[in-house]
Amino acid sequence: MSAAPKSKTLKGETGDWEIVIGMEVHAQVLSQSKLFSGASTEFGAEPNNQVSFIDAGFPGMLPVINEKCIEQAVRTGLGLKAQINLRSLFDRKNYFYPDLPQGYQISQFKDPIVGEGEVFIDLKDGETVKVGIERLHLEQDAGKSLHDQHPNSSFVDLNRSGIALMEIVTKPHMRSSEEAAAFLKKLRAIVRYLGTCDGNMDEGSMRADVNVSVCKVGGYEKFRETGSFKNLGTRCEIKNVNSMRFIVQAVEYEARRQIEVIEGGGTIRQETRLYDSKVGETRSMRSKEEAHDYRYFPDPDLLPLELDADWVEAIRKTLPELPDEKKARFMALGLGAYDASVLVAERELADFYEEMAKGVDAKAAANWLNNEILGRLNRDGLSITQVPVSAAANNAIITMVGDKTISGKIAKDLLDIVWTEGGDPKQVVEQRGMKQVTDTGAIDAAIEAVIAANPDKVEEVKAKPKLSAWFVGQVMKQTGGKANPVAVNAALKTRLNLPDEG
Amino acid sequence: MSDQIAMTLAEARDAIRAKKISSKELTGAFVAAIEKARPLNAFITEAGEQAMLMADAADRRIAKGEVGALEGLPLAIKDLFCTKGVRTTAASKILGNFVPPYESTVTQNLWDAGAVMLGKTNLDEFAMGSSNETSAFGPVFNPWRANNSNANLVPGGSSGGSSAAVAADLCLAATGTDTGGSIRQPAAVTGRVGLKPTYGRCSRFGIVAFASSLDQAGPMTKTVRDAAIMLGTMASVDAKDSTSMDVPVPDYEKLLEGGIKGLKVGIPKEYRIDGVSAEINALWSKGAEWMKAQGAEIVEVSLPHTKYALPTYYIVAPAECSSNLARYDGVRFGHRASGARDITDLYEKSRGEGFGAEVQRRILIGTYVLSAGYYDAYYSRAQKLRTLIKRDFDQAFEKCDVLLTPTTPGPAFAVGAKTTDPLEMYLQDVFTVTVNLAGLPGISVPAGLTESCLPLGLQLIGKAFDEATLLRAAYAIETAADFKHSPAKWWNV
Repeated sequence: MSAAPKSKTLKGETGDWEIVIGMEVHAQVLSQSKLFSGASTEFGAEPNNQVSFIDAGFPGMLPVINEKCIEQAVRTGLGLKAQINLRSLFDRKNYFYPDLPQGYQISQFKDPIVGEGEVFIDLKDGETVKVGIERLHLEQDAGKSLHDQHPNSSFVDLNRSGIALMEIVTKPHMRSSEEAAAFLKKLRAIVRYLGTCDGNMDEGSMRADVNVSVCKVGGYEKFRETGSFKNLGTRCEIKNVNSMRFIVQAVEYEARRQIEVIEGGGTIRQETRLYDSKVGETRSMRSKEEAHDYRYFPDPDLLPLELDADWVEAIRKTLPELPDEKKARFMALGLGAYDASVLVAERELADFYEEMAKGVDAKAAANWLNNEILGRLNRDGLSITQVPVSAAANNAIITMVGDKTISGKIAKDLLDIVWTEGGDPKQVVEQRGMKQVTDTGAIDAAIEAVIAANPDKVEEVKAKPKLSAWFVGQVMKQTGGKANPVAVNAALKTRLNLPDEG
Repeated sequence: MSDQIAMTLAEARDAIRAKKISSKELTGAFVAAIEKARPLNAFITEAGEQAMLMADAADRRIAKGEVGALEGLPLAIKDLFCTKGVRTTAASKILGNFVPPYESTVTQNLWDAGAVMLGKTNLDEFAMGSSNETSAFGPVFNPWRANNSNANLVPGGSSGGSSAAVAADLCLAATGTDTGGSIRQPAAVTGRVGLKPTYGRCSRFGIVAFASSLDQAGPMTKTVRDAAIMLGTMASVDAKDSTSMDVPVPDYEKLLEGGIKGLKVGIPKEYRIDGVSAEINALWSKGAEWMKAQGAEIVEVSLPHTKYALPTYYIVAPAECSSNLARYDGVRFGHRASGARDITDLYEKSRGEGFGAEVQRRILIGTYVLSAGYYDAYYSRAQKLRTLIKRDFDQAFEKCDVLLTPTTPGPAFAVGAKTTDPLEMYLQDVFTVTVNLAGLPGISVPAGLTESCLPLGLQLIGKAFDEATLLRAAYAIETAADFKHSPAKWWNV
């Protein structure tokens, strides 16, 4: 194991506390049809329009596994660098609820399709944290109870009933709300790269249960050394947190709450809690004693799932370059760790960057994307897929800056023009005379004009060479910003006889 | 007319093909016989009108020369098979007036072969029982009565409506399902043939589930030949049932008469148990002699874990049933209790009102054995025993080709005789459950009468997917036993 992560502590009245976080993420498998039926999985249909008799738990109906969902789970497992279990079992998790038509959920309990893996998360300070994956298993989603349609009845929508979910369980390897959010972000990036889940938290295709506990400083390290959970505090599970922001808020609230309880002489009960985003609090849902006895047993309607090792290898060969590899490649091109991790966070962004950076300086392209493009997208509330200036057009702008056709300042103006008006950047530069002036004759003429108009400043600059910047500014003004500032600087130095270090 | 309904399936098939009788004529005779036999309570739903339409369609196909394997042959269907547009009850109140919008694969196979459906037969509620007394639609009476007695006897169970219908000539053949003996035991106590195929031989799609790892559909017929004919149509691999197996379905009828010379017949010594009548044991020995006389070799084999079969079965089957029956909750279909305060109350009331005592008992047992803290002691150990029971058979079949055993511990018993003691009722399955636990094919063949003239059956157990050998052996027993008895039709008066 690598060196223990930096300690991340919360101050309490009795000393410092550590937060320990594990997560269970439900990621909806991207597939045309459900895990055990042929009904469609498309989001947003009218209630109960995508329901087969299997999904509705009719008598005599039997589940038949959807091979595509298996492939997606294996693909995700491979993307998480995880053990693929060539033999796995489907179990029934029994409980009664109106949105659970069979009276049981088909899930994987003892023998999941994917075993241990790992995810690396990148933090703002450049630190990388490895989060262990405990397992990934496949299970059916439940339907949805609708309580707001009728004054004294509840309705049930079974469109979601039977859709395939991957439950991804981490080890308790996260130490702060920031890490928890970063993990989910990274996991989301990985499944989106893989095309196994759309990661859309608004539509519920990715939902997280967050397990939080606190312990006195040193407990976590002991846990990592010994593997014994005795070194950690009692955990509470916060159910269905459905945004990165809420994860941060929920973890912070919950950790504080637990510290207050313990320091106030109380004990933490193992329980399931809900995060209420309106008031920013977690609330008890049910205690361990009230927890269901799910009576898991192997589903006799399904044979053990046996995978062919060659089939798994064939899937491995089709894996795309994943964020970590892409990041490493970007860093090899000269990008910093954080810049690279921002770029690879979304596949579309990384793809855009790569196209934009073709044949130009990698770092210049990254800076351009981070500072100019992302800034404008953010301002306009757009995503990278909606960017109004194509990667090729941006590449042209950066190329023009690189070969000094235009200055950096003009480049920004140019981007604003094509951002709002469209057009080919090269043509715009030609048509609007935005080319940088490197013609020494024109620059010299501008310098002479400035000197003639400001004799007092000429004397001042001889005493204080730093004032030459003022002259540069004036010359740039004279040339309408098109003069090459390096050429202006050089010409000024010669003309005013200034020392080199100015 | 009584000649027509007394025909075997094979005879009726040949008569129809030879145009000696039309399907409509034959079907009409059965519809009339069913109406007369209502005192037996063999049918939950009679489908006479629909049957006549199906017969008419069959006759038109026959006229065009399109003759399926079962063209125009009237059958009875256990009311556990979902039939599109025809109420399906599983003999439970909980399904209410449920009319399936789909057809089970097995029945679809039958209709595709041209067969005609006469109606849906009675059964123990959700196929849980050995006497057809747990039906919400009332008990079925065995067409057979003991000599000089008017006492009503049970027709066995759970496929008691089907067994009674076949024995009383209310259909040419019927479908049954067998989870622990539910085809073979009723066939034995009604003097007819019942075949439980290998698990996976027939699709379970569209059959109301009792215990998924044990349930298997099969034919209940007048003769072994008829069973061979029916199985050939019922069996199929089915993309809608992951546990159905893609194994070739041979022409069983053609393979019937190969004889059993050299066949090794195993006699499991553990099947000599207390509480089995001397008549049964005598018949068992006779069966072995019949086979020996036809050239078979009799070998003693051991199935050492037999004594654990019933306890194992009564853990596995209830466990699965407790989960399978969770879907009957009053929410989407079937019986919904009125006046429920909240969702839990709705569940409790609907299920309390909808399920009978035996079904409730099994749901409770199943819930218990799967519960945290009990799972390892019960369910998990039962699964291990199941593996050992399976291994017993594997080892026995290294020494023999089929096994010969009794089907039941005794003949049909009186209605009400065992309803107060579930354990005694469960003993009815003592010779049959092992076969389900091991997933093997088994068949009961009528082999003799008791002193009071009630039928008794012998069971043959075969290797997985070797129904051909099993049927050939059964045919040999049938030939030797020459069982030609039929019950007096006391309900006709």
